[in-house]
Amino acid sequence: MDATTIINNLKSEEYFINMGPQHPATHGVLRLLLTIDGEIIKKVEPDLGYIHRSIEKICEHDSYQQIVHLTDRMDYLSAHINNEAVCLTVENALQLEVPDRVKVIRTIIAELTRIASHTLWWGVMGMDVGALTTYFYGFRDRELINDIFEETCGARLTMNYNVPGGLMFDIHPNFVKRVKEFIAHFKTKLPEYDTLLTGNIIFQKRMKGIGVLTKEDAIAFGASGPVGRGSGYSCDVRKHHIYSAYDKVTFNEVLKTEGDTFARYQVRIQEMWESMSIIEQLIDNIPEGSYKATTDAVIKLPAGEYYQKVETARGELGVFIISTGTKNPYRLKFRSPGFSNLSLLNHIAVGGKIGDLVATMATLDLVIPDIDR
Amino acid sequence: MSYFSDIYHAIGSLLTGMSVTGKYFLHARKGAITQEYPDNRATLKMFDRFRGEVVMPHDENNQHRCTGCQKCELACPNGSIEIIWDRQIDPETGKKKKLIDQHIYHLGMCTMCGLCIEACPTDAIKWAQNFENSVYDRTYLTRVLNKPGSRVVSGLED
Amino acid sequence: MYIAMNITKNIHEWLLAILPETAASIVEMTLIALVYLAFFAIAGLFLVLLERKVAAWFQLRLGPNRVGFHGLMQTIADALKLVSKELTVTIKADKFLYNLAPYFVIVTALMALSLFPFSKELQAFDINIGIFFLIAISSIGVIGILLAGWSSNNKFAMIGAMRSGVQTISYELSVGLSLMTMVLMTGSLQLSEIVEVQKHGWLIVQGHIPAIIAFMIYMIAGTAETNRAPFDLVEAESELGAGFHTEYSGMKFAYFFLAEFINMFIISAIATTVFFGGYLSPFGITESIPLLGVFWFLAKTLVLIFLMMWFRWTFPRLRIDQLLVLEWKYLLPLNLMNLVLMALIVLLKLTIKF
Repeated sequence: MDATTIINNLKSEEYFINMGPQHPATHGVLRLLLTIDGEIIKKVEPDLGYIHRSIEKICEHDSYQQIVHLTDRMDYLSAHINNEAVCLTVENALQLEVPDRVKVIRTIIAELTRIASHTLWWGVMGMDVGALTTYFYGFRDRELINDIFEETCGARLTMNYNVPGGLMFDIHPNFVKRVKEFIAHFKTKLPEYDTLLTGNIIFQKRMKGIGVLTKEDAIAFGASGPVGRGSGYSCDVRKHHIYSAYDKVTFNEVLKTEGDTFARYQVRIQEMWESMSIIEQLIDNIPEGSYKATTDAVIKLPAGEYYQKVETARGELGVFIISTGTKNPYRLKFRSPGFSNLSLLNHIAVGGKIGDLVATMATLDLVIPDIDR
Repeated sequence: MSYFSDIYHAIGSLLTGMSVTGKYFLHARKGAITQEYPDNRATLKMFDRFRGEVVMPHDENNQHRCTGCQKCELACPNGSIEIIWDRQIDPETGKKKKLIDQHIYHLGMCTMCGLCIEACPTDAIKWAQNFENSVYDRTYLTRVLNKPGSRVVSGLED
Repeated sequence: MYIAMNITKNIHEWLLAILPETAASIVEMTLIALVYLAFFAIAGLFLVLLERKVAAWFQLRLGPNRVGFHGLMQTIADALKLVSKELTVTIKADKFLYNLAPYFVIVTALMALSLFPFSKELQAFDINIGIFFLIAISSIGVIGILLAGWSSNNKFAMIGAMRSGVQTISYELSVGLSLMTMVLMTGSLQLSEIVEVQKHGWLIVQGHIPAIIAFMIYMIAGTAETNRAPFDLVEAESELGAGFHTEYSGMKFAYFFLAEFINMFIISAIATTVFFGGYLSPFGITESIPLLGVFWFLAKTLVLIFLMMWFRWTFPRLRIDQLLVLEWKYLLPLNLMNLVLMALIVLLKLTIKF
């Protein structure tokens, strides 16, 4: 037998591997059914539901104040922004005008949340591509933000600081000072992120041209947040559907047109700079006033349908409430950014290597409880 | 020649990366961000607003401020609070009054949302900054907040 | 075969007095093997501790500091734990190969150690094809990894093993060729002679430009040979979980783990011997005390090991195709050019000698 016959007679087949639900790269209990041919990905099928807690159903039995704290547990890395989304929906439905002080404080904390989420993402991103040290540098900076949250809100992660109508209590007297300290600290550390990882030749080779998502596909799949903006799709809710105090600040919507993992990476790094500039514009100008508008003890929304969207660290979070005029929502639906962003994974990961899949998934920045709810 | 300039830039980028970690290595002594937790118990103080667990403060006469209005029980999203109450004759005024028998708090079910404390009209319950809540049996997590034999502060109306 | 045991001459004579010659030499070899085994088990454990400490210092942490003074006993405690753990086997594993694989890895790692001249006197096995033998031995280890991945009947382990095969076969070339470049200057493969040549300046100084290029290529390829980051595709934890040793537990896992660190020591020790003058002190400052050679040898080796750890805790991992591109498109052509350059330099007597 000559070589060609041997090769032709070789039996080779695709094989399936289960990535997850317990796998270091899936960041939680996401299960991916991979069909691979050697190293090359042929198909990615996400299998969801391992951390489904029926938050939407539980909400139907809860009062509007109680719903807020459940949203902490969805996208736990942007807990404050999730809370804000529900509060804004309820406030819009009640046509309640919240004090300016509340708006500004909400915006500052939301941007701090975004930085915290992105620093964690940066650390984990590095770890996913094999640079383990980034994890600790990312966490070092995130800890400082968490301390600020803990001092003002009482908890580090699931803060539940918002209530419909305002805030649960006023900011801590140290808040402004600590935020300024953090900004000064982080301005020296963020360039370090670039020197350590962004400029690294191995990292660039791993990231550039991988997992390319075109603008049309981004819109078709409903991508939002840094994933959409990395593909040139201008989808920043803070710009297009202004809420809270975003009308008081000037900031750029970071857009990249390449659509690959490196573009998404750069969008997030740039967003941290933008967030810092937003905080800097607001931190000295927190208006005096009440930290809460007066609401009834039992909030009843007028019958109707209400929708409000906000920009979390991962993208567009929509809250849709159908009310029948009682103290509970008749139906509550969250449009979570992670779910839509995960849906395009199969589209962009096929044809790449296993290593590419991990890098692509890292830049989608998935938080599994946000997907499953 | 771009082949060689590629190699040159690649090595340059690797060395810049190494300079960052190298800098931290040299400052490892004072730069460490680790907290040696069980050792630093004495100095470890949580922030005032930290939500550790719900407690009911009692004054020196073993009196609390809970009138048994059950607003906290209603506000709680998870049913972590149960109040067992009874209408008893107040020894001071001689009138029938709603008095609590037990204010039961299930720490295991609590999500530390703080709604009960916001809801309390008499500030009877508040946050404690204790964070070492692990126990060997989860029945220990069910606590009766009012001390045995305690009474409500007189003159407190809901 | 010539076995240099100057340091054990007294034991040798004493044994000859009480035993026939064959028995005496067998006893001697066993004794030496036991000493080496004991020493390198401890050295491996020490390297694991060093790795953890160095990693901690890079990452703003404290590292192990609970067991013993500043955590010095940490890895001993870990080893004791691993010894006492159950050895699990998957049902569909190929039992014979599954059990054999760890020994391939650890035995080859220990075999290579016998060659190094720790000082002028202290060398167990001074063979005249030293470098050739080292390269040959170090590539047997990959068989163990391949067997481990294949026999444990785990898909992730299988991918890891295949990657390991591809990687080691490719990078073997660069390790060999970069050492070959240096052999051009020494004219001998015997490790003791290579060190002797360096009395007139370390080879990295003697060979200047091509030697430095050869050293850089050797360090890159050597890191890849030991399957360490940034070339740790074999056990890429974010991709494959644990790679080829996913199904191993207890002491069998510890063999793989220990072998990785001993391999790291071997790669650094070869670099020390070939590029940095082995046991020779810088500028001959302690030439009068031959036993200090051990200190210099270990010090140089540790510096190179630190360099490898620095790589590991800084760089992201390469992808499998980039790994091969790096080898076949960059390292190999450069290496061949370098070999020619070195040959020219040796021919034209442009080497720097003191």
